[in-house]
Amino acid sequence: MGLETLLAEKLKDTVLLSKMDAVINWGRSNSLWPAPFGTACCAIEMMSLFANKYDLARFGAEVLRFSPRQADLMLVSGRISIKMMPVLSTIWRQMPEPKWCISMGACACSGGMFNTYTLVQGVDQFIPVDVYIPGCPPRPEVVLDALMEIQKKVRGEKLLDRLHGE
Amino acid sequence: MNIMNQAKFDKIDPIALKEEREKSLRTVSDQNGEHMIVNLGPQHPSTHGTLHNILELNGETVVKATPVIGYLHTGFEKLGEHLDYHQFITVTDRMNYLSSMNNNIGFAIAVEELAEVEVPPRAQLLRVILSEMSRIGDHLACVGLQAMDVGAFSVFLWCWKWREKMYDIFEHTTGARLTTSFARIGGLAKDIPEGFEQMATEFVENVARVLDETELMISRNRIFIDRSQGIGILEKEIACSYGVTGPVLRASGVPYDVRKAHPYSGYETFDFEIPTEPDGDSYARYKLRLAEMRQSLRIIQQGMERLPDVQGPVIADDFKMVLPPKDNVYNNMEELIHHFKIVMRTHGPKIPVREFYSSTEVPNGELGWYIISDGGMFPYRIRTRSPSFYNYQVFPYMLEGHMIPDVPAILSTLNVIAGELDR
Amino acid sequence: MQEPTNDMVLNLLQETFNDRILKTEVVRNQLQIEVIGTHVYELIKFLKDDERCDFSYLVDIGGVDFLKNGDGPERFGVIYILQNMNNYLRIIIRTYISEEDLEIDSLTPLYLAANWAEREVYDMFGISFKGHPDLRRILMPDDYEGHPLRKDYPLQGRGERENFSRYEYYEPSKV
Ligand code: SF4
Repeated sequence: MGLETLLAEKLKDTVLLSKMDAVINWGRSNSLWPAPFGTACCAIEMMSLFANKYDLARFGAEVLRFSPRQADLMLVSGRISIKMMPVLSTIWRQMPEPKWCISMGACACSGGMFNTYTLVQGVDQFIPVDVYIPGCPPRPEVVLDALMEIQKKVRGEKLLDRLHGE
Repeated sequence: MNIMNQAKFDKIDPIALKEEREKSLRTVSDQNGEHMIVNLGPQHPSTHGTLHNILELNGETVVKATPVIGYLHTGFEKLGEHLDYHQFITVTDRMNYLSSMNNNIGFAIAVEELAEVEVPPRAQLLRVILSEMSRIGDHLACVGLQAMDVGAFSVFLWCWKWREKMYDIFEHTTGARLTTSFARIGGLAKDIPEGFEQMATEFVENVARVLDETELMISRNRIFIDRSQGIGILEKEIACSYGVTGPVLRASGVPYDVRKAHPYSGYETFDFEIPTEPDGDSYARYKLRLAEMRQSLRIIQQGMERLPDVQGPVIADDFKMVLPPKDNVYNNMEELIHHFKIVMRTHGPKIPVREFYSSTEVPNGELGWYIISDGGMFPYRIRTRSPSFYNYQVFPYMLEGHMIPDVPAILSTLNVIAGELDR
Repeated sequence: MQEPTNDMVLNLLQETFNDRILKTEVVRNQLQIEVIGTHVYELIKFLKDDERCDFSYLVDIGGVDFLKNGDGPERFGVIYILQNMNNYLRIIIRTYISEEDLEIDSLTPLYLAANWAEREVYDMFGISFKGHPDLRRILMPDDYEGHPLRKDYPLQGRGERENFSRYEYYEPSKV
């Protein structure tokens, strides 16, 4: 008889047994605090996402933090120019671990329709991106889907992995 | 011109006025010792975009503001030289994403005036209806954001709800919520779908109600009035000298509106007024936006009444210039050839060699296009006169002498769109 | 007072500036005139201050590079659009600047709007404006090289997209 079964028998329903990883990840995944980095048209769709119709609060991610030190999910939405990129990477570096990043819209993912001298052709050249959302602009539903993907990813993480570096 | 009460300009030299005010601020501040420099932006919750201001503070009073722009510079004008006239329409959406329909239509009109293309009456009427809807959507967002910046969040939610309804109508009509790309040179991409009339009528009725509610809620609200009356005053001489247009200019008492001054798309046949406000402060700009939305509702109503009587095609019948309707291209030999002739690099549309400036009234001001054509398929140069660029230039002037919390409250009344500001 | 019309403005200008005006044309009721770059300040000052014209509103300033077109007498051009605020008459003034001197008088003493507009032309074309109080880059980063709207500048840039200055901590540009 393993320890777990023994404990469960003794303590009956008064105690819930789980793994540390699972508990912490459950908490993290349901309380993601996004730091919106909206620059262009995609930011307007992002505003729709926070407003009444799509309501991000249903996924526990309504606490918008404009200070990077309090956020753990970066939402890069819109075109990033070479003048803006240093700002973005500074903000990314200021966010405490653990942190995740969604790149929303064609421009943030790849430069989109603007293959010009000033636009960074994909933010993933400079910061790590977890989920890419295609579309110009993506509909708010797709962003919700991306958020759920992030939650799935968070739930599958091992705490020690982060400690030892990925 | 008689319909518009002419702006009376006193003989004030705006440049001297500005310098005098700057000097007075300096002397007040210099007595109190050191200044602090604060960077507001480029990533700041209340700047609604990528605007960066370097504020020089004396205590909490702004003594000097230096805006830094260009964080969203995308190279639209350069891109315009590498895309043909039809392709560039998709780029105009991304320039002003709060009212992309107006931008589409504005660019199409600019090319039509350059190439002298006649637009069929139904397309003109639909353009008016759609651009007024988009204007309402833009003003709703702007009023909502202004209220949010002084602390009234529910107004933002109400306004955004009806902006969502506008998205629904646009999605039903054009297939996209935000980046519609619906205008074509010579008309519109397609006719309105079934059910448009009903949606538009519902929209008009409900928006009128929301405007009344908003007015009840904040127009006489003590906090809102304290935060906006007498804040960010812009005199009309200064506004004109800075090239300010749109609601910001009209809230300073100058009745300049491109829809009346240089009518396009049949605006001269509609019965509407150009509201003005004399005060030029944040409150005046809020009042003016509400009044303008009421006028837009009137235009939409008139347009919807006329719509059943104006039938016919929505795109011009000019195959030298206009892309034929897609249905015909797929099913018809002749139209397919026309399509290819316009799309192929060696042929292209026939545009005379000339330069022309034309402008339209978009929700935040006069959007002008100076297009130089060398007769080829691509424009030689597209210069955009974007309203936000000139409206934002006046921002430091309005700011100086106010407190830090007033900075976002003034900024949101200007309705600056970063995409258009930086192009 | 009589309101200005295209013909009236044209006559006035021809009286005052006769041979310094290179070309005039009316395109679809829009008056467009061409002058030599060195006279543009004088001309616009006249248009603004003269009671009969009263073009008190600067609509826009834009630059053009005629490198490929080749129809201009010089490589660069600057376009000014003015408007009368009483009857909303517009006038377009074009000038040419040679590649060697690349300098033109600034309109900042006349219109406040000229400040940023001229900075943008400077940023995009490298044309400098004599007498401008604060001629810096406006849209591109301060350490950017080249003037992107020139015709010999490639659309994709010259590798700046990958090799921009990635300073460790973000420094605001100087006041
Ligand atoms: S992806 Fe499209 S909608 Fe989003 S920022 Fe880029 S151009 Fe705008």
